[in-house]
Amino acid sequence: MLEQNLAALPIILPLIAAPLAIILGRTMPIWILATLVSGCASIISLQLLDTVLTTGVISYAVGGWQAPWGIELRIDTANAFVLVAVTAISTLVLLFSKDSIVKEIDCSKHALFYTAHLLCLAGLSGILITGDAFNLFVFLEISSLATYTLVSLARDKRCLTAAFRYLVMGTIGATFILIGVGLLYMKTGTLNMLDLATRIDLYDSSRTINTGLAFIIVGVSIKLALFPLHMWLPPAYTHAPSAVTAFLASTATKVAVYVMVRFIFTIFGASYVFHSMGMETILMLFAIIAIFKCSYTAAMQKNVKSTLAYSSVAQIGYMVLGISLVNVTGLMSGLLHIFNHALMKGALFMAVGAVFYRLGSADISAFKGLGKRMPLTMAAFTLAGLSIIGVPLTVGFISKWYLVTAALEQSHWFIAAAVLGGSLLAVVYIGRILEAAYFQEPDEANVAKISEAPLSMLIPMWILVIANIYFGIDTSFTTEAAQHAAELLFQNGQVMEVKP
Amino acid sequence: MNLILDYYNYWIVVFLMMTGFYIVISANNLVKKVVGLNIFQTSVFMMYISMGKVAGGTAPIVVDDNTLYSNPLPHVLILTAIVVGVATTAVGLSLIIRIKRAYGTVEENEFEHEDDAI
Repeated sequence: MLEQNLAALPIILPLIAAPLAIILGRTMPIWILATLVSGCASIISLQLLDTVLTTGVISYAVGGWQAPWGIELRIDTANAFVLVAVTAISTLVLLFSKDSIVKEIDCSKHALFYTAHLLCLAGLSGILITGDAFNLFVFLEISSLATYTLVSLARDKRCLTAAFRYLVMGTIGATFILIGVGLLYMKTGTLNMLDLATRIDLYDSSRTINTGLAFIIVGVSIKLALFPLHMWLPPAYTHAPSAVTAFLASTATKVAVYVMVRFIFTIFGASYVFHSMGMETILMLFAIIAIFKCSYTAAMQKNVKSTLAYSSVAQIGYMVLGISLVNVTGLMSGLLHIFNHALMKGALFMAVGAVFYRLGSADISAFKGLGKRMPLTMAAFTLAGLSIIGVPLTVGFISKWYLVTAALEQSHWFIAAAVLGGSLLAVVYIGRILEAAYFQEPDEANVAKISEAPLSMLIPMWILVIANIYFGIDTSFTTEAAQHAAELLFQNGQVMEVKP
Repeated sequence: MNLILDYYNYWIVVFLMMTGFYIVISANNLVKKVVGLNIFQTSVFMMYISMGKVAGGTAPIVVDDNTLYSNPLPHVLILTAIVVGVATTAVGLSLIIRIKRAYGTVEENEFEHEDDAI
């Protein structure tokens, strides 16, 4: 019974737990419930990834209605891989948030925080698992609505305007996806992803399908904050509570990247999107601009959270760049970077959250002299920062290595150069913070407040840092899963690899 | 001429969609932005609903003397989308209430000044 329904559990568990959390009312039991549920979801998703890697795709008919009439949940390597990252990060962030939110969210809203977090997790798992294009839109909106709430929970009033801006942009993005899906349905009469894929092949020169593709790509690009549609992201990440930022930065936009991969490779098929529509040039251009423009802006910020938020937009550039290279290695580097970026950004934002917990500020001036006074937090920040830069023996190096390899396979020398140039800019923006932490003396006013962060924050932070290094040295698990996923995605759309 | 008459439902949809989109971009008042967002979403609902119409078909309820029905699926889909739209509006409006309390205004240019000052 449980075995059969395993595929649906990562959605069902948090969805049921969310209203329970409000009923429970007291913070401590809610925290235990949320962490347990999220932990169960991550164990289940590991199990699912294992099943998918050994026995192949899992298909689950919701309510017993067979696809293409009913909603199908379909788990292959690509979504199981991202699901593992999302649920694991969610669990660690919940562990981290117990102390972190005390300083950043009013006590009366703690229950709401956990409820919104669980709803967001349910939505994200739903997006990943579903095999139905319209269902994907619904889960996208569940997670987005929860996200707007999460962002608006902070004590700083600027989070409200940030959340509102995010809501407007996010809704436009989601509505664009809805229009796109509607146009596809108009032409093909189906919403099941695999069914859509086979029928779009028959119609791929029709104007309806072309327009649908345009709407969906623009809509998803807003959701994943591709330059120049990223303007909602930096204020939202800067003013949201640290625990929320750590969760969103490492999961929400990354799931949107997965949605883009799913639409391009499974539904539309790579040869249609890239060969007939020439989408790769547009994506590549914006990705490269994102890497340089946003890394540069990141280096100009006074607030560390803001720096990391712009850095996130730049990192999304790397993922989209990987997709736009149109070969298995490029797509693999994109998927790998979704997983790896979750590890590094999660750790970085947790470290900033720990600093905020002690000093009540995330400005770069607050980081002065922390190297001596919060050694464990700053060591975690340094290691995760090195990973963002892409230093060997960290996960950042692995995904950039495959990205450069993919670029060279297509003999795009300038892209390989752009990736390296982007890494140099990362040295600048991470270096500024490290310089303040290790080579400057703290402000007199702050000295009394500074001590090492509590264990409940250090443990999840260090788990992520150790994962950063472990998966940077023993790459077999991540690269094999990503490779397998990328190969499968290229076959899924019934097209072979597109050669230039 | 046929292009206009045959596809009149789509012209309405496009007109509403652009009106809503323009309001979202140009309005300075947050409540107006939410109204624009609603018009924008409603246009999409109409697109779905009108595409489910089968020429000469009746409402999809089984009756003895009729065999041609309109497609009910887009209607069902759009029920879900309407719920999503209502939820979005609710979240948006409640954010506006909190913005009004925190800043004392719902005009975007006024609280942007204040944000810059912090």
